Amino acid sequence: MFDDLRDLYQEVILDHGRKPRNFRRLEGANRVARGDNPLCGDRMELFVNVTPEGRIAEAAFQGRGCAISMASASLMTETVQGKTQAEATELAGKFRELAMSGVCPDCGASLADEMERLQPLAGVHEFPSRVKCATLAWHTLNAALADGAEERKATSE
Amino acid sequence: MDGHFAASDAGLDVARIREDFPILAQTVRGKPLVFLDSAASAQKPRQVVSAMVRCMETAYANVHRGPYYLSEQATDAYEAARAAVARFLGAGDAREVVFTRNATESINLVAHSYGRGVLRPGQAVLVSEMEHHANIVPWQMLRDERGVELRVCRVTEAGEIDLEDLSAKLADGKVGLVAVTHMSNVLGTVTPAERIAALAHEAGAKVLFDGSQAAVHRRVDVQAIGADFYVFTGHKLYGPTGIGVLWARAELLDRMPPFLGGGEMISSVTFERSEWAPAPAKFEAGTPPIVEAVGLRAAVDYVSAIGMPAAEAHERRLVDHAMRRLSDVEGLTVLGRAQDRGGVFSFALDNAHPHDLSTLLDRAGIAVRAGRHCAEPLHARFGLEGGTCRASFGLYTTVDEVDTLAEALAKAREFFN
Ligand SMILES: Cc1ncc(COP(=O)(O)O)c(C=O)c1O
Repeated sequence: MFDDLRDLYQEVILDHGRKPRNFRRLEGANRVARGDNPLCGDRMELFVNVTPEGRIAEAAFQGRGCAISMASASLMTETVQGKTQAEATELAGKFRELAMSGVCPDCGASLADEMERLQPLAGVHEFPSRVKCATLAWHTLNAALADGAEERKATSE
Repeated sequence: MDGHFAASDAGLDVARIREDFPILAQTVRGKPLVFLDSAASAQKPRQVVSAMVRCMETAYANVHRGPYYLSEQATDAYEAARAAVARFLGAGDAREVVFTRNATESINLVAHSYGRGVLRPGQAVLVSEMEHHANIVPWQMLRDERGVELRVCRVTEAGEIDLEDLSAKLADGKVGLVAVTHMSNVLGTVTPAERIAALAHEAGAKVLFDGSQAAVHRRVDVQAIGADFYVFTGHKLYGPTGIGVLWARAELLDRMPPFLGGGEMISSVTFERSEWAPAPAKFEAGTPPIVEAVGLRAAVDYVSAIGMPAAEAHERRLVDHAMRRLSDVEGLTVLGRAQDRGGVFSFALDNAHPHDLSTLLDRAGIAVRAGRHCAEPLHARFGLEGGTCRASFGLYTTVDEVDTLAEALAKAREFFN
């Protein structure tokens, strides 16, 4: 009955949705942000440890949400590990494009491997009401990395 | 209207009713549409649509203004709608019916005009845990602005208003207004309005019922209930969007200052001062929802022609069937088990988030709502901060559709396993 939904709910997504990786509070994180999707009640807290050289040593999150938002956050924390802040921001932009359109034309240019790992989420573009579920984690990451923000918060709106 | 709705032993002739709702005949994603989101907004029968079109094509002008034929026609239609709503609610006098934009505006009107005009700092407003945000936020605003206390009556595990807690919170005599729902948009619980009104009155409080759901599912008689204020919204009652109703006892409307200022609501204006028109005009500033009132009247006529007893019997059948079928779905939790419940079911699957579940159901052509249905505190009360899915029934809902839902839920659980 739901076979055509396997594009959206690929095994990777269901797996990360059920058992999100890096799902914990990161003690000593030097960047923290909260992400909220007020419409559906999804919420997450993202912890990032950025080295003095500006690399993401570690990222972790806690929260609640649908399979798409949990899987997206889980995959994100894996993908950004070891990246520079600039690379993470670039990934966030490319991911947004992938989630909204299903393709990312200039993904080959840089960070191609990382985008490959995020590819299973491309299916959301066919579900306009679900795109925000996939992008919430990345909005939250942007908020966490933003300079000078006192209280770091992102919403999916 | 002709008698083709007459209930037989088998209940409503739902097939006939569905012919009045052309939107239901479509397929969605290759499956017949199963529309189970009437509690958010109901579909509109042809009778409503054509009444509105007829008004605009033949008898439309602004009301209460032009001394000419068309304006008189429109004014008559607008005031006839008011009278029809008064009869629908069992009100004694059509002047007690105020047209607003929706239920939300009706409650805000009371919070503004009764809350700020009549209630005093130190008095309290008592709501319940099962309110829609529309019956919470206006009172919070009043509290923050005027120092009126906001109290919250508990809801029991079964999803009913805890009447003992209600009495306890009324006991000190400080509550000036009890504002509670007549039917929960999440639990389907129909609240014991008469009993609540009696308790409120014994404690010297007035009582407002949010009838947004109840007016669709139950025969309402504001006088028999003993209500002081009763609100509902047109679009859930098979009427158009953009029109809501506030009914209030005349002496209360007389004591209340206006809500919005402008045309229609005054009897005289100079730059020094204005004098208010009597109710209901006092509360209807500006050009009112004329065509929408005509549509609402057609909706009220439609529902009345079917008859609430027949509609309730049909709904009872759906509710009983849904209770049985849903309790057979493994891993499914249905919120609330009130004695008196209407056709609204909120549920959660143990292995699927409501959002994922509704995406699956959508693929099966089934429209349900996912989230917290504008009742965040109630979901917190039941430990379901992540929300629920909600299926809600209307006159056109069939037993087969309930089966389709139950089958899809069982398959969805397999899908996520
Ligand atoms: C119980 C209840 N109260 C109030 C409302 C608000 O109705 P409206 O949005 O039409 O003002 C709704 C519907 O959303 C409701 O279900």
